[in-house]
Amino acid sequence: MTSAVSFSKVSRHFGAVRAVDAVDLVIEPGEFFAMLGPSGSGKTTCLRLIAGFEQPTSGHIEIFGETAEGVPPYRRNVNTVFQDYALFPHMNILDNVAYGLMVKGVGKAERHRLAEEALALVKLPSYGARKPGQLSGGQRQRVALARSLVNKPKVLLLDEPLGALDLKLREQMQEELKSLQRKLGITFIFVTHDQGEALSMADRVAVFSEGRIVQAGSPREIYNRPRTRFVADFVGSSNVIAPEAMAKLGGERKWASLRPEAIVLAREGIAASVKATSFLGSATRVSVQAGETALSVMVPAGQPAPEVGATVRLSWKPSDVHYMEGEA
Amino acid sequence: MSEVAAASILPKTDGLLGRISDLFWRRPGFLLFLMLLPPLLWLGIIYVGSLIALLLQSFFAIDDFSGLVVYEITLDTYKQLLIPANFDIILRTILMAATVTVASAALGFPIAYYAARYATGKWKAVFYLGVMLPLWSSYLVKVYAWKLILAKEGILTWIFEKLHLSWLLDAVLALPVIGGNSLSISYIGTFLVFVYIWLPYMILPTQAALERVSGNLIEASSDLGATPGQTFRTVLLPLALPGLIAGSIFTFSLTLGDYIIPQIIGSSRLFIGQAVYTQQGTAGNVPLAAAFSVVPIVIMGVYLWAAKRMGAFNAL
Repeated sequence: MTSAVSFSKVSRHFGAVRAVDAVDLVIEPGEFFAMLGPSGSGKTTCLRLIAGFEQPTSGHIEIFGETAEGVPPYRRNVNTVFQDYALFPHMNILDNVAYGLMVKGVGKAERHRLAEEALALVKLPSYGARKPGQLSGGQRQRVALARSLVNKPKVLLLDEPLGALDLKLREQMQEELKSLQRKLGITFIFVTHDQGEALSMADRVAVFSEGRIVQAGSPREIYNRPRTRFVADFVGSSNVIAPEAMAKLGGERKWASLRPEAIVLAREGIAASVKATSFLGSATRVSVQAGETALSVMVPAGQPAPEVGATVRLSWKPSDVHYMEGEA
Repeated sequence: MSEVAAASILPKTDGLLGRISDLFWRRPGFLLFLMLLPPLLWLGIIYVGSLIALLLQSFFAIDDFSGLVVYEITLDTYKQLLIPANFDIILRTILMAATVTVASAALGFPIAYYAARYATGKWKAVFYLGVMLPLWSSYLVKVYAWKLILAKEGILTWIFEKLHLSWLLDAVLALPVIGGNSLSISYIGTFLVFVYIWLPYMILPTQAALERVSGNLIEASSDLGATPGQTFRTVLLPLALPGLIAGSIFTFSLTLGDYIIPQIIGSSRLFIGQAVYTQQGTAGNVPLAAAFSVVPIVIMGVYLWAAKRMGAFNAL
């Protein structure tokens, strides 16, 4: 089967800056793929390379088996949901949604019918006559989504689409995007710097750093088995433990990651003093100091959380310690 | 108790300035009133007042026999506008203003687009300087400079000669109506100088409008399948239209009212501004001069109304 998007050795340099540096990437049809990374890591440039707003400096991009280099954005069956939505302020919502059909020459009645359908799909029926300025951020986001989906793209690109929404709305949209993607079967490629968002929504995640993909895999893999310190640091609230400290804690002399929820407070084990606690609802995060190593421990709700200043004993299964690549 | 500790959380003010600030803070409407009073007085009395005086004049007529103004309300003066000699002046001026406006928009848009989309830092400064520089020198000097450029023995003729293109210049001058003996005494010359003089007034508002068009709207349009031409027609142009209309108000109304350029450069046929000038001066027919002055006002009113009807200000 042809892949939806494939990059081979793709680079995009801006002068001396290597925004994207020899990236290899394969995204399968129907996949919900997240590009995760801090700002400036090259994930948005990758998205823009797929959309056609940027051309690669070197390397080869294929979209559904066809060469993408030199093809302008308006001749790609790929649509983008922009970070700030980029709705046309001089058109009403219906004309915004119907825009892609209008420029392709679909008749007025037909395109308005399809636009209404798309608006219903994103749960905004009967909003067509309003102007973008009259809508809230969450509604504009849905319009932007409808405006892309109405074109029935093969690949939908989403550039931090939930970044501007408040927490509750964001969680709601995460679920809706996910179910929409399942329903439509379109390949979604999603750029975000929010690891929680990437892990909860995507089938697969690629973690970007300095123009390269550091690790790509399922959210579970990325979370449980980070390949490098960078991934562990960025993706998780995981404890990243230096080789020396790990040796002292009874492990191998290597960089290691240990998830806070894998550590339990026990009768026996490594002594540590409690520095701070923060109540998270479903659990309490306890920051402890074991010798020179600061660790964070997740105590599930229902178990008594220790007081600040108390001495506790920590234990974990050796199999929960994940050793990473990189210099010792 | 120390000085610092004695400071109240809600300290009272004693100074006069402090009291005035407090008064303005409590009554923001009063501050607004004080700020708007001088400009409103200026606009209301000096500007609108003189305009009304002018309009009133146009409803009087001159006594043909004595040459004195008869202070009776009549539409006779407006009827005079319709006699062929006067109506030609109006038509000629409107046509000139329209072509100058279209040419300014066509020339100004790419420059404004470049400045808004691509120019940054130093090049932005160069753009502003380049556009504004002509406005720093006297209008008369520029017009006379153009007279020298366009004259029969002028620079342009010389350049055409050197390029062995004299035949082209001759062919242009041989055109009926707009041609003439030389560029400096033809409608083409008048047109060229009008466009030169008013172009900055088209570029600046257009650039300001384009500046507000976010770059990712252009990208979004392209992303949704619009070719560059479609993006221009359906996104860029509608969003830049308020700026273009603002610019066209300048170029159109300035051309409608100008009486110096057509006097120095062009055929000796009159434009509205010149008609006003001669009627109120040598001819002593102030009512007819006033009636001529009303024409641009009416035209601009109709123009703005039509622009609004066409949705030119929807993007505002």
